[in-house]
Amino acid sequence: MGNAQKTESAEGFRKFEKVCQIIDKYNRDPSKLIPILQEVQHEYRYLPEPVQSYIATSLGLSPARVFGVASFYANFALEPKGRYVIHICDGTACHVKGSNGIKEALCGLLKLSDSKKTTNDMLFTLETVSCLGACGLAPVMTINDEVHGQVTPTKAVELIKAIMEREQSK
Amino acid sequence: MIEQAVNLEAVGRQYQQARAAIARRVIICAGTGCVANGSLKVFAALKNEIENRGMDVIVEMGHDHHKSDVFLSKSGCQGFCQAGPLVTIEPDDYLYVHVKPEDAKDIVEQTLIGNRPVARLLYKDSTTGTVFEKWHDVPFYKRQHREILGDCGNIDPEDIREYIARGGYEAARRAYTQMKPQQICEEITASGLRGHGGGGFPTGKKWTLTLAEKSDKKYVICNADEGDPGAFMNRSLMEGNPHRVLEGIMIAARAIEADEAFVYVRAEYPLAVQRIRKAVVDAEKAGILGQGVFGSRHNMFCHVMEGAGAFVCGEETALMASIEGLRGMPRPKPPFPAQNGLWGKPTVINNVETLGSVPLIILQGSHNYRAVGTPNSPGTKTFALTGHVVNTGLIEVPFGTTLREIIFDIGGGVLDKNGKIDADGFKAVQIGGPSGGCLVEEHLDMPLDFDSIKPTGAIIGSGGLVVMNRDTCMVQVAHFFMRFTQNESCGKCVPCREGTKQMLALLDDIIQGRATTKTLELLEQLAVAVQIGSLCGLGKTAPNPVLSTLRYFRSEYEAHIFQKRCPAGQCKALAVPEILAERCKGCGACLRKCPVGAITGEKKAPHRIDPKLCIKCGTCAQACKFNAIVGV
Repeated sequence: MGNAQKTESAEGFRKFEKVCQIIDKYNRDPSKLIPILQEVQHEYRYLPEPVQSYIATSLGLSPARVFGVASFYANFALEPKGRYVIHICDGTACHVKGSNGIKEALCGLLKLSDSKKTTNDMLFTLETVSCLGACGLAPVMTINDEVHGQVTPTKAVELIKAIMEREQSK
Repeated sequence: MIEQAVNLEAVGRQYQQARAAIARRVIICAGTGCVANGSLKVFAALKNEIENRGMDVIVEMGHDHHKSDVFLSKSGCQGFCQAGPLVTIEPDDYLYVHVKPEDAKDIVEQTLIGNRPVARLLYKDSTTGTVFEKWHDVPFYKRQHREILGDCGNIDPEDIREYIARGGYEAARRAYTQMKPQQICEEITASGLRGHGGGGFPTGKKWTLTLAEKSDKKYVICNADEGDPGAFMNRSLMEGNPHRVLEGIMIAARAIEADEAFVYVRAEYPLAVQRIRKAVVDAEKAGILGQGVFGSRHNMFCHVMEGAGAFVCGEETALMASIEGLRGMPRPKPPFPAQNGLWGKPTVINNVETLGSVPLIILQGSHNYRAVGTPNSPGTKTFALTGHVVNTGLIEVPFGTTLREIIFDIGGGVLDKNGKIDADGFKAVQIGGPSGGCLVEEHLDMPLDFDSIKPTGAIIGSGGLVVMNRDTCMVQVAHFFMRFTQNESCGKCVPCREGTKQMLALLDDIIQGRATTKTLELLEQLAVAVQIGSLCGLGKTAPNPVLSTLRYFRSEYEAHIFQKRCPAGQCKALAVPEILAERCKGCGACLRKCPVGAITGEKKAPHRIDPKLCIKCGTCAQACKFNAIVGV
């Protein structure tokens, strides 16, 4: 084995070390695939394809099976997300109270659309979700799990602008 | 191995004694709604203020009988989300609404030291102007019947001792030490408890069928995958009283002779996940869960699993597939989970609220449980009251309560588009989420229970009630739900996968003004085909919102199709913007703002909009100071 190959495998090992720990924590049990993917995503913020294949091999599953599960559930991301993930709730209560206006305002501000969900600088990802269960405060949006209730388009734009300024001054 | 059995009486007594040494308890609502409104900052401010005054404050009940002035505690959802952050003071029972951190000083000075309420923080009825001191006098609470939610919002959901001190786990102890499985099933059957998750299937029957199966292993699953948009009852119960749910799970397991349970919670509910996880750990530590439950020879283990964002997993066979680590797709029934469930073993799946009702029935007896509600739907039901209504939040009422009582007495009436009370504003209420339908004016006095609602085409469902005012376009409501189910269709069966897509396209045509005379007929035919042909409940019920709005608001659909007009003025594509000449002053504000140059006109003379150029963005209407622009 050549020297170059050695370093590569060592690097590969380091890269997947955390994944290994997570898989071991679940005793390499294939039925724990979903919790494993959830924890791995927590670590990487999304599920890169090589990681999916690695998990498949470790659990004795086909990569297609793992990809099938990863692509089925809405919470699994197959592409990297921005540092700030904005969820606009589009549940019934939020919808009738005007969540669409918030979405339009933020899409305009961040130059995003239904087909382009993440800004070029990888700062923001904008997604709509079906219901966050905070209907009493509709319309609702969350920024990295922090819940904001009774949001108006103006308030939403202010919140995002404040983050932009904070990031620029860093 | 039989471990030392937990002594519930001793734990309870010790907690009561510790509690008795404390003069006042200040409860801050820490449900998702109030936290979003800043209740944790209120908590910090109060703690700070009390300490600065040199008063003795504890934030966690100790094990000794240490005398203390104030016990500052967090509770789960108190239900009155609209008025949050909420603060309740015991034993005075004062309820403070919309509390801000700045109010801490007054609360400490006037209430904790001065022994009187802070008048400006009390709830004031916006119509009558009446001020209420005590929480149980507020109309929102007074007309409710809080059984399942009883301790939600009072107790500290993270302290198992308080749950025990209030009689918690006594029902489970009885089930494990004094009752046979058959007896438990009989008691639940006699109570008439029906599945609160939507279907309304008799719980006792489900348990009896599963008990009858001979197997070396059985499972109980608590379905906490509350995915209906506009519903948050299960979240609130898990956040506010997780031990109640856990106790229900234990009793269900004993009733079917299972020793392992799964709680499948939506990942969108991080606080509920955290609280139910803690409840399981605490119950294990206390010797309630584990080997030799209550000194019996029965074991009981419970796992919590987070969902991964698939609405279809609320369907029981899809949920089981998800626990097994597969794509959450349903399979045909029969075989039912009672025979062939999780990993092929007999399994009982119940909703959070159904399980939360179980300890009540075991404690008070099936006869007493039937004292409220209707003969065929006994007991109470929680509803999430949202939409265009004054008091939004979580409520609990006996089955058989009318919509009028819920919307007008508890909910405080309907709001118009400007957020003002509108006595004639009620248009419809959507019940049962994407599987349900709408109820209208004529149903306001109908008693709400599983059976009486059937002829209307709606269902009780999980209990989401979204009130809609007259400015809501019902075609858009149907479109909204169809988009939701189309998006959540798992794709396994053709009628649901393709049918919902085509129905959505037809609804799109109607909203965009492309519909023809054939559209409605096609939509109705397709709806019936999807209902009959789909594999699981998601597809079978997906057309309900369309059929239900068509039934009660057909004229609205027809106005969209034949007159190309949206009666509620919500559909942008059908909007015809117009400048009212008598109001227009010719100031030019709209002309300057129009992004496409569709507005023309001389200064100080009425302007005009060219409908061919107009993109109906509404910017002009916002810019106009004289309300001269209508139709957008």
